[in-house]
Amino acid sequence: MQAGTLATFLKRGAIWGFIVLELIFFSVAGEYMSLSDKAFMDAGNMLLLFKQTAPLGIIAMGMTIIMINGNIDLSVGATFALSAVILLDSMSWPMFESLGDGVIFVGWGLALLTGLVLGALNGLIVWKTGVDAFIVTLGSMLGYRGLVFMYNGEQPTSHLNWTLVDFAEAQFLGLHTPTWFLLVVTAAIWFLMNRTVHGRNAYAIGDNREAAVNAGIRVGPHMMVNFMIIGFLASLSAVVFYSESGSVNPNDGELYELWIITAVVLGGTKLTGGAGSIVSTFGGVLAIQLLRKGLAHIGADTSTVNLVIGLILIAVLFLDRQLNVKGREELKT
Amino acid sequence: MTDHIPALHLQGIVKTFPGVRALDDVSFEVMPGEVHALMGENGAGKSTLMKVLGGIYQPEEGQIIVGEEPVVMTSPLHAKSKGIVFIHQELSLAEELSVAENIYLGELPRKSFGRVDWGKLFAQTNEILEKLKVSFDAKTIVGELSIANQQMVEIARALTVDAKAVIFDEPTASLTDAEKVVLFDVIRDLKDQGVGIIYISHRMEEVFRMTDRVSVLRDGSYRGTLETTETNEDEITQLMIGRSLDLSRNKTHAELGEVALEVRGLSCGDLYSEVSFDVRRGEVVGFYGLVGAGRTEIAETLFGLRDPSAGQILLDGQEVRIHSPADAIARGISLVPEDRKAQGLVLGMNCRDNMTLPQVDDLKAGPFMAEGAEVSIFDQYRDKLDIRTPGWKQLVGNLSGGNQQKIVIGKWLSMHPNVLIVDEPTRGIDVGSKSEIHNLIRDLASQGYAVIVISSEMPEVLHVSDRIVAMFHGRIMRTFTSEEVTEDNLIQAISGIESTEAA
Repeated sequence: MQAGTLATFLKRGAIWGFIVLELIFFSVAGEYMSLSDKAFMDAGNMLLLFKQTAPLGIIAMGMTIIMINGNIDLSVGATFALSAVILLDSMSWPMFESLGDGVIFVGWGLALLTGLVLGALNGLIVWKTGVDAFIVTLGSMLGYRGLVFMYNGEQPTSHLNWTLVDFAEAQFLGLHTPTWFLLVVTAAIWFLMNRTVHGRNAYAIGDNREAAVNAGIRVGPHMMVNFMIIGFLASLSAVVFYSESGSVNPNDGELYELWIITAVVLGGTKLTGGAGSIVSTFGGVLAIQLLRKGLAHIGADTSTVNLVIGLILIAVLFLDRQLNVKGREELKT
Repeated sequence: MTDHIPALHLQGIVKTFPGVRALDDVSFEVMPGEVHALMGENGAGKSTLMKVLGGIYQPEEGQIIVGEEPVVMTSPLHAKSKGIVFIHQELSLAEELSVAENIYLGELPRKSFGRVDWGKLFAQTNEILEKLKVSFDAKTIVGELSIANQQMVEIARALTVDAKAVIFDEPTASLTDAEKVVLFDVIRDLKDQGVGIIYISHRMEEVFRMTDRVSVLRDGSYRGTLETTETNEDEITQLMIGRSLDLSRNKTHAELGEVALEVRGLSCGDLYSEVSFDVRRGEVVGFYGLVGAGRTEIAETLFGLRDPSAGQILLDGQEVRIHSPADAIARGISLVPEDRKAQGLVLGMNCRDNMTLPQVDDLKAGPFMAEGAEVSIFDQYRDKLDIRTPGWKQLVGNLSGGNQQKIVIGKWLSMHPNVLIVDEPTRGIDVGSKSEIHNLIRDLASQGYAVIVISSEMPEVLHVSDRIVAMFHGRIMRTFTSEEVTEDNLIQAISGIESTEAA
């Protein structure tokens, strides 16, 4: 039993150990290889890191619930893009002209509603057809992306509202607006998963769906709620990001789903469902962003970054497997 | 029986598992051209014996002799190469492939460059199929065949080798009467070709119709072999149950209360039909029958997992419709399922969370779970049911079978159900915990719960039940009170020998 606990500890703590290793490595390597004079662990740089983590991190929280549930959502990148288009475009619609800066709330509301509706659609199809979430969201990934292109062709959609930009670029207690959003979302989802019945049921369904049904849990509606949560978070992520940038390309958010799944898996959530932790997902997105930033800091190009992250992902899953096997064997004795 | 060398001879087979002597000095032989029945209650050791024969388990003592050659079996494939072939109750066929490919799976005839020699394959297959006199040919896709014909494919697969002994494990479990006739013809043909046949079945009628001799196992030990023509059902039953049951029969009648659950003419497709019974508060009603008799399906209907095709369910005299487990739970019906690990427990969750899973929503305070209340419920039922665990944080997957079962029972008791259905209460549970669970069930009845116990173990049903419903092929054959039931009349009722109870 002791060793089982140790394995659990190693698994929970592993992502944070990995982050510490990254920090040490890039700080030291940065001394010799960096193009800039600034230290890697400079406070400004770290604050920026959190800010840059926010768009993926916010969605990753939703993905953690979905994956604990035993599902997956591949459509988040497309939902992200479509919500961004709605956000920026709606603010320039003539009918809202009289609202002045009040249009910001309209834009946000419509964008968030978009995410909620797209997520609900995914969830409804998964619930009512019983088709695997992988297939359903693979379809909706293509479909939703199609809607983005139908909206404005290959053209970017742009709208800059300076009040909004000021808000998005603001710093409160040193942290940027997107960072605050990430922290609030993380805390909210943590409460949802650890303190509410919905969270308890999510783990139960992912671990043993049949037993969950036999305990009277209505699995279909439960899953639909989770898809609505992740849809909402995908649009919230778009709202936070595009409030600042003010321009969205129809290709934006592509491959987001894969980066997010990578982060969630790095954080120790099982693809098969039933296990996973919000705090570790937070570590997972941080670790990936740190890696991207660190490699850039020492002068590596994007292709190198992808190669390294791919290798690390496989290595981590291999280690995880070893720990699990060991844990099981210890339990038997 | 043309010569005197057995086709297959088992000598003094001993197989032990920690704490259990699963097979204790089992010996019997099958002559060429003989159909030899192997009988025994569930848990008597039949399947362990088959696994020894198939090389899945290695016996500690004894030997297996095929023809005149002692063989140490290492795998089912090895057994097959020695001419010992199994026809399992569950079919293992690739449904998308043709009959021929299934029969020669893994050993398809080849031409140069690894190409399949289709001509030879189909020719060989049709040759075998002809012997079996079946209505389909080598190119038929297996998924398109009926279950009976799929079984024929399994048998055909057995005939690709020079079989010395073929073991049929409950071959008629999923066959209609007409299909059985075809199967019996095939078995007779095999017999005429001098193959020795071991026929495992619970069904007396088939044993008397088909077999030459009957060997009986009980509690892992060999109880004797009888010539089928010189024995009768009573004698075989006697051998199977034998001992005066060490479990005392339940005679203590608790004060019976009102009828809690009544079922009238309930049917569900061809799974079961016209089932009527009632359960009173303070009463344990046992359901006994063979696997596939429809008992679990009735429980699943009451729990909302299956919709009935006809009939009524009444709770406290009110007709109810139950479409989901959530409906059932809301009406106070709870089910301790047959397979607790797959259907009853979330193994990766701790004891407390498992126990309170159906009621966390009722317990919650505001938006958040009331974890303190959950712990006190867990503590209360841990003490009540004597669940042995270091604490509520322990993962359920780490508990013993008996303690896991108590968690499932505690889960429902803590919600004070009207009707508690327990499907196979002691499957996979060690002997000591068994009697604890039995006493627990009796206690629950005396506290006024209405309890349904489904079991395939006769001593268990006899021990815990106030009344016993005997089922055969989806029908209730007879309902016994604990005074009138005997092992004999019960086993006859579930074998379909006695005619349906006059309504």
